[in-house]
Amino acid sequence: MTDPIAIARDQILSPAGLDTGHLERLLGQLKTSAIDAADIFFQYSRLQSWVLEDGIIKEGNFNIERGAGLRALSGEKTGFAYADEVQFDTLLQAAQAARAIARGGSETRVRIDGIGAGRKLYAPLDPLDSLSDEDKVALLHRVDAEARRQDPRVRQVIASLVAVRDLVLIASDDGRLSADVRPLVRLNVSVIVEDGDRREQGASGGGARADLGYFLAEDRALGFARQAVHQALINLEAIAAPAGTMTVVLGPGWPGVLLHEAVGHGLEGDFNRKGTSAFAGRIGERVAAPGVTVVDDGTLAGRRGSLNLDDEGTPTQNTVLIEDGILRGYLQDRLNARLMGVASTGNGRRESYAHLPMPRMTNTYMLAGERDPAEIIASVDKGLYAVNFGGGQVDITSGKFVFSASEAYLIEKGRIGPAVKGATLIGNGPDVLTRVSMIGNDLALDQGVGTCGKEGQSVPVGVGQPTLRVDGLTVGGTQG
Amino acid sequence: MTTITTNDTAARLDRLELIVRDLLAEAERQGATAAEAAASSEAGLEISVRLGEVETVEHTRDNGLGITVYFGRRKGSASTSDLSPEAVRDAVRAACAIASRTQEDPYAGLADAELMARDLPDLDLHHPWDLEPDLAIELAIACEDAARGFDPRIVNSEGASISTQTSLHVYGNSHGFVAGYPSTRHGLSCAVVAQEGESMQRDYWWTTARAATELETPAAVGRRTGERTVARLGARQLPTQKAPVLFSPLTAAGLLRSLTGAISGSSLYRRSSFLLDRLETPIFPDFVRIHEVPHLPRGLGSAPFDGDGVATQAKDLVSQGILRTYLLDAYSARRLGLRTTGNAGGVHNLRIEPCSVETGPLDRAGMLQALGTGLLVTELLGHGTNPVTGDYSRGAAGFWVEKGEIAYPVEEITIAGNLKDMFLGLIAVGDDCDFPGSTRTGSWLIREMTIAGD
Repeated sequence: MTDPIAIARDQILSPAGLDTGHLERLLGQLKTSAIDAADIFFQYSRLQSWVLEDGIIKEGNFNIERGAGLRALSGEKTGFAYADEVQFDTLLQAAQAARAIARGGSETRVRIDGIGAGRKLYAPLDPLDSLSDEDKVALLHRVDAEARRQDPRVRQVIASLVAVRDLVLIASDDGRLSADVRPLVRLNVSVIVEDGDRREQGASGGGARADLGYFLAEDRALGFARQAVHQALINLEAIAAPAGTMTVVLGPGWPGVLLHEAVGHGLEGDFNRKGTSAFAGRIGERVAAPGVTVVDDGTLAGRRGSLNLDDEGTPTQNTVLIEDGILRGYLQDRLNARLMGVASTGNGRRESYAHLPMPRMTNTYMLAGERDPAEIIASVDKGLYAVNFGGGQVDITSGKFVFSASEAYLIEKGRIGPAVKGATLIGNGPDVLTRVSMIGNDLALDQGVGTCGKEGQSVPVGVGQPTLRVDGLTVGGTQG
Repeated sequence: MTTITTNDTAARLDRLELIVRDLLAEAERQGATAAEAAASSEAGLEISVRLGEVETVEHTRDNGLGITVYFGRRKGSASTSDLSPEAVRDAVRAACAIASRTQEDPYAGLADAELMARDLPDLDLHHPWDLEPDLAIELAIACEDAARGFDPRIVNSEGASISTQTSLHVYGNSHGFVAGYPSTRHGLSCAVVAQEGESMQRDYWWTTARAATELETPAAVGRRTGERTVARLGARQLPTQKAPVLFSPLTAAGLLRSLTGAISGSSLYRRSSFLLDRLETPIFPDFVRIHEVPHLPRGLGSAPFDGDGVATQAKDLVSQGILRTYLLDAYSARRLGLRTTGNAGGVHNLRIEPCSVETGPLDRAGMLQALGTGLLVTELLGHGTNPVTGDYSRGAAGFWVEKGEIAYPVEEITIAGNLKDMFLGLIAVGDDCDFPGSTRTGSWLIREMTIAGD
């Protein structure tokens, strides 16, 4: 069975004794004549995780979540109720609670007669079964051995493997039924290295919407182990980071978290409809240097941030946010698109059935330029070269954002100098990209580790960028 | 939605206890030598308003169960949101399947039987609020109105939100320990946007309590929100420099979290702590006392027993500036050759005594005087703390203070240092705690940090 709708009927509806007639009755109850739009989001999610520590497989966990969220929209109002028992009576109660957002109104008739067409960016597979448990734990042991083999100073290795299979079914009042089977795998390695009384950490990892064979291909899992040790050893030698505003060269790939924080969140439709974003009302204005083009692309095959369709049943798309330095578009879900008089961009996402959808990013990245990365570094007399980052955060109203370097070096007279300790970088979203003076030809996407938090909801995302030179970012070190 | 009565609560608690007993019995049936299980059930209502109109009405209802089985020193876990008898069997089966692939861990297992909590004090945590949606909307709008009306420069709003939640939690293990209790939590929060020229600023405030009668009034929360937001208008950068830094009570609570993280058992045995091997050594100046009060009536962090079923206990974490205890659960205690401190799942109601190196406790004005000329930090951005080394570098916003008086708001700066030095460089803890929550601390004055700006 590879049709997601058939899988969802078989695994979510049938066990609960629900059929199309039940869904139509629930939608009819939910979408009274006083309600503008309504949907029911069913979810059946399975997760398995393994953790290796101290050289042994220490823990494993298996989790099942099953439930449905029912939403009724009226103007700017949303009524929402959810249930973790998928049965008709419970859902009916939830529908009545949700629709109470708009008083009055009579029941309507909803006919489910359409299918929401999704993309085919990943197969509807079950990654939990894609390797035997024996092979999963063996993989973690190989990762552990590879990390320890790198250097005798490696003191601790923690490696974890997570496989998730998330099945969603969305019934909306426009008569469409949409479904998606979403595999997601992730492998993480963190290490502690010690040399005398100095101690440091390093971490790496990756993932994709794929089966667990992903980590065996191209030596990926062992590569993560080597990267984690490399980062820890670099930091063991690191000197104090500089403090102040300076030229910063950002490496390709994960440093694209800059774009996620500096512009991505500020372009989400909810903040712009409400006028609380520093980017509100600025479409058509210059917000970045010429040559800077930034997109949010949910249609990349197999990427962690990709989706065949969003959590409202809208197919994902490639949305241009900034084109050659000019602000072009916002990211929309159904509610905000309707209120702003535009179409959804397929960015309506939710953490689970127990959360309301919001406009969220998918894979956000800057297109490549023409410069050789070596030429970019050589152009800097004195500055910082930051190649790896932890997380970031943004205040969308003031536009101020931070992201924290976990591996960085000084640039001295056009050459990469000594490693410096991690430091937080801070800037102003609406103008930081106007200071991009060189764009590399080496666009890379991250390895598949991003998780974005907004209003308490976490969703997997991706970022990417080529090597960038930014003339003037504040670096939060200790050396004035 | 139905109202939860006391009888109803007792019946639901009994049902969860039954589920926990079923999980433990099923684990034994499937061959586990020991097991521990937990079940929870939460229900609530959350309503948000924006610009005087209802925005969302959410009826929340979350159930969960979790089981950990031990086969000698091997373990496996499973969890689900489904509380049905089939789910109980499936969860145990899944946990056992996991345990068949994990390896012998000499430190794995339940806490010792004699450490289980015996007397369960009534901590007065359960105060259901039969909050009618109409009243909820009225209170939230009153709160938002107070914020919007605070100053004409407040031009926009992210709204106000009111919530009430009832939780039931039961834990049990194969020592025969099974116990649970109900609790409630209610809250009201608000966020608005102020504008002056090109500068737009947002800020928020909130109140939260076990009993609705202990919430701050909507007007007070709204005023505080408005006051905080307007105060940020016209913020500028600072030149890069070294200066003393005063952490507001709310941001100082983050420094306490760095402390509790660094002395937690899992950080220590993983050698992922900047306070490794520091027990019984000075980590703060000698006037500092930090302690835990787990049995505080109506306390937001109160709990009669921890995640291992071990009785929680009041204790000093730091006294006379010396680290007196780690925060351990059964597993990390065994790893470290120590005894559990009843902190499986974390610390319960943390307190730091107001104090200073020279004088008695200082209020907010006194703390600003003690700061003299330097930075008052009221907001931190990002996660720039290295738990292994204590290196600290974070985005900040707040106020520049000159001669004890607030001069102007600042933003787009970072503050950096090392937590070990920051702790030892603590000059005073204010008697000015002003935020709700399980942790109570006043502001912290730190001798010197590096500020990076333009």
